[in-house]
Parts: sequence; structure tokens; C-alpha cells
Amino acid sequence: MNKRSKFIFSALCFGFAFLYVPILLVVIYSFNDSRLVTIWGGWSIRWYIELFNNDNILDAALLSFRIAAVSATFATIMGTLAGIALTRIRQFKGRLLFTGMIAAPLVMPEVITGLSLLLLFVSLQELIGWPGQRGINTITIAHITFSMAYVAVIIQSRLIDMDESIEEAALDLGAKPIRVLWDITLPIIFPAMISGWLLAFTLSLDDLIIASFVSGPGATTLPMLIFSKVRLGIAPDINALATILIVVVTIGVSIAGLVMHQQSKTKKA
Amino acid sequence: MSTVLASMDATFRERLWKKFIVLIPYLWLLLFFLTPFLIVFKISLADPLIAQPPFTPLFQKSVETGLSIYTTFDNYLYLFQDSLYLVTYINSVKLAFISTCFCLLIGYPIAYGIARSPQPTRNILLLMVVVPFWISFLLRVYAWMGILKTKGLLNGFLLWAGIIDQPLELLYTDTAVYIGMIYSYLPFMILPLYANLEKLDIRLLEAAADLGARPWKVFKDITLPLSMPGVIAGCLLVFIPAIGEYVIPALLGGADTLMIGRLLFDEFFMNRDWPVASAVAIVLLMLLVLPIVYFQKRQNQELLEQQ
Repeated sequence: MNKRSKFIFSALCFGFAFLYVPILLVVIYSFNDSRLVTIWGGWSIRWYIELFNNDNILDAALLSFRIAAVSATFATIMGTLAGIALTRIRQFKGRLLFTGMIAAPLVMPEVITGLSLLLLFVSLQELIGWPGQRGINTITIAHITFSMAYVAVIIQSRLIDMDESIEEAALDLGAKPIRVLWDITLPIIFPAMISGWLLAFTLSLDDLIIASFVSGPGATTLPMLIFSKVRLGIAPDINALATILIVVVTIGVSIAGLVMHQQSKTKKA
Repeated sequence: MSTVLASMDATFRERLWKKFIVLIPYLWLLLFFLTPFLIVFKISLADPLIAQPPFTPLFQKSVETGLSIYTTFDNYLYLFQDSLYLVTYINSVKLAFISTCFCLLIGYPIAYGIARSPQPTRNILLLMVVVPFWISFLLRVYAWMGILKTKGLLNGFLLWAGIIDQPLELLYTDTAVYIGMIYSYLPFMILPLYANLEKLDIRLLEAAADLGARPWKVFKDITLPLSMPGVIAGCLLVFIPAIGEYVIPALLGGADTLMIGRLLFDEFFMNRDWPVASAVAIVLLMLLVLPIVYFQKRQNQELLEQQ
């Protein structure tokens, strides 16, 4: 190994250690018997038992999953439409504004998005008496709004990669545009829609700040609950919760990676 | 005649479909993304009120003057008079900027290393950069609390190894905020850098080396300039969200870690001063308008190049 590759190798080792050691430590210490989180008291699964007996956490998790599933579904529909509009419809009024509104949520600080949506809901309430009680509905709308932008970007880059001549051929042969969309475009971008849905689901499940702004009394999502707990210090049952999440994500991403690997293999063959 | 009518009908329906595809997401974003900003701006021009909602209305009706518009710049004046806000804005920019620099310094060699790895390893390494991104942001920040505590794992390790005699004060300091920021945003730096470095034509580097350029010179004169788009994209993706960050300073920072996202949050939830919180948001937005517009322009350009 020469000097340069040694440097790169150690950079990789350091980088991945930096990324993974904190995660591993949480996993290990979730099996710690001691209540003093950072002092090792032997192996135990008591925090997992405590976690599953904690109704607050389970309720919050259920609420978060429901919001995430609904908002991811709508965000995928809306984001797919937006992605198609941006790549397949060359000209329409206000296209520049539209592209701006798709790209801006990707980098907008969450405090601003959260505050502005809450103020919108409050104003609408004054004006037309909707949405009434803030909670699941308002959080879902907020999550659709910011995650549809992510879906749109994924769909957009897939559509740009896609061979447009297939669609053109179908149109030349007399297929109606809606039929082309349904029979050709959508099946081809379907994998991108799935990854968009998963991303939207994760973003919704992960969001603390926007949900804190637009939620009302009685609707506490999982991140809101976790935040109020860990703000006061370290909580051993949160370690257990984090471990479950880490295991689920790792398995999910590994499967996705394997599937992608298989696909690229069959494509080459 | 009837065929002409039928085809007219078809084009009409086709147009309708196109309209439908554009209009649904368009109207949604107009209502839930653009309008809210206008409302924030409106409320930033109002006075706070102890009422529901807690601010004065834009249109005021009175017997003497009829309908009048009420606006005030007091909230903005207040932001500039109270040095707390100015210091906080400057501090946020500083924290975000230094974190971005560190992310670049750490992320560049990693992205380079991944891009130069042989194929199966490369995909696995790339996947390993993505995995933390899918694990809850909040929980990843939380993981550092246990490490950085005074009686935490890092101090325990350093004491055990004999490197220090006294535990270090790390948690609830700016240092902890920097660590949290770099840790959380590092994948956002690595991914665009990797996407760029992967496309780099390795023959250029070989040619330079064959002609006798030293490795450092090859890097400085070829690799770095060619990877500039990736560097800029990565820096923007870290810098912009880092300025408005709330969770990291709230969990890892001390009471004196001033960041604008946290200030806005507290102004809104603790002080219940909606107009001032709105003014803080508008000023923050002003601060970010340039980098955000620049980011959008670059993204559009890249998509056009792909097309």
C-alpha cells in the first residue's frame, strides 16, 4: 500500500467508525441492567419489557405509523404527478414557480415550515372554521407537503433516465396519452414510486419539529414523546426503542441493497 | 365531420388530463407551501395580543375609520435593537459554517475512497453511508448524549486509558453541538461528493501522473477543480439546514448555545410571542434566500444536463 491509499484507507475506517460507534453503543447499552445508563450492570432485557408495557410509547408509535402510512401514500401520488408534470409537460403557466416550490422544501429549515403551516391552519380556522381541532389531520397535511417534494425529485430523475422513445412509439401507434401514462410510464417508474413512498414514510416517522408546531393537545407522535423524555436526560427504555428501530432499518436497507444487486446482475446478463 | 369532432374531443380530453396532472400538486403547494409564508410575513407585521389567536388582525374595523390596514415594523426593530437576536444570527451562521467545513474535510476523503473502491465493496460502503440516514435523526443525536456526558462513555474511556485525570465537560457545550452537527450531516456531504467523484475520468489522473505530476499536484489541479460541483452541492446541503437546526442545540448544547432555530422555537412555545417568532423566521429566510435560490438553479441545471 502506498502512502496515498493508506491515507484513504484510514479515512474510510475513521469515517465509518465515527458513523457507527454511537449507534453500536446505543444497541449494547439497551441490554444494560443498570438504571444508570452509562454504567454497565450486566446483560438484561428489562428495558424491552418495560418498553412494551409502556402504553404511552405504544400509543405514540401507533399514531406515528398511521400518520406516516397515510401521508406517504398521498405524498407519493402527489409527488409522482409533480414529477411527471416537471419532465413530460414542457410548458405551462407558472412553471418556474412550480419548480421553485418543489425544490424549496428540500432545504427549508423545519422551524420555518412548521411555524408557517401552523399559522396557516390558525388563519384557516378563523376564516372558514377548518381544520378544527389540530392533531392527526394537520400533521398529515404538513407531512404530505414536505415529503412530496422528495418524491417528486426521485420520480423526476427516474423519468429523465427513462427512454422517452417507448412513450413516443406508443403515441405514434395511436395510444391515448392517458393510456400511455397508465400502461407504460407508471409501470416503469413504479420502483421509484416505492422508494419515494419509503422515503416519505421515514421522513414522516422521523419528524419532530413540524409535528410539534402543527399538532394540538391530545396528538403526541413518537418523536415528540421521545424528545420530551430525552430532553431531561438519558432514558434506558429509549435505548431499547432505538435498538428496535436500528435493527428494522438495517434489515430493510440490506434487503433493498440485495434486491438492487440482483437486479443489476440480471440486467447485465 | 363526426371524426373531426371526435378528435377535437380527444385533444380536449388530453389537455384536461395534462391540466389535471399539473394542477393537483400545484394547487396543493400553493395552498400549503406558498400561502403559509405570506401569512408568516403578515403576522410579523402585527402586534402581539393576549387573545386567540395572539396577534392583531391585518384588517381592522372601527366605527370612526371604517376598514383600515394595521401594520407595524416594531418586531423587526426589536430584533435589531436587542443584541441577543443579532448575536444569535451570527452565532448560527458561524456554527453552520464551521460544521460545514469539518463535514467537507472528513467527507471528502471518505467519498473519494468509496468512489475508488472496487465494485462490490463500493456498493456496500455506499449502503453503509445511507443506513444512518434512515435511522431516526433524533435518536442518533440522542446517542451522543450518553457518550458525551460527564460520567459518560467517552470520559470513562479516556480516564480508563489514562489520557485525562479529570472528566471533560463536553455535553451541553458548543463542542457537543459541533460533534452532533458533523455527525448528523456527514452523509449529506458524502453522497453528492461521491456522485461527482464517481464520474471522474480516471484517465485524466493517470495521464497527469504519467507526465510526472506529484499526487498532491494531481489532486489540487485536476481532482479538486473537477469535483467542485459536488463540493458546492454538499456544502449547501449541510449549511442551509444546519443554520435552522433545533434538535441538536436543544439536546447537546448548553443554555448559552444560541441558535436561531432554537430561539424561534422558544419564542413561539415559551414566550408565545407569535409576531416576533414570525419576524425571526422572515429574517432567517432572508438569510437563506441566496443559498436556496443558488441551490435550486444548480439543481435545475443538473437536470437539464441529464436531459
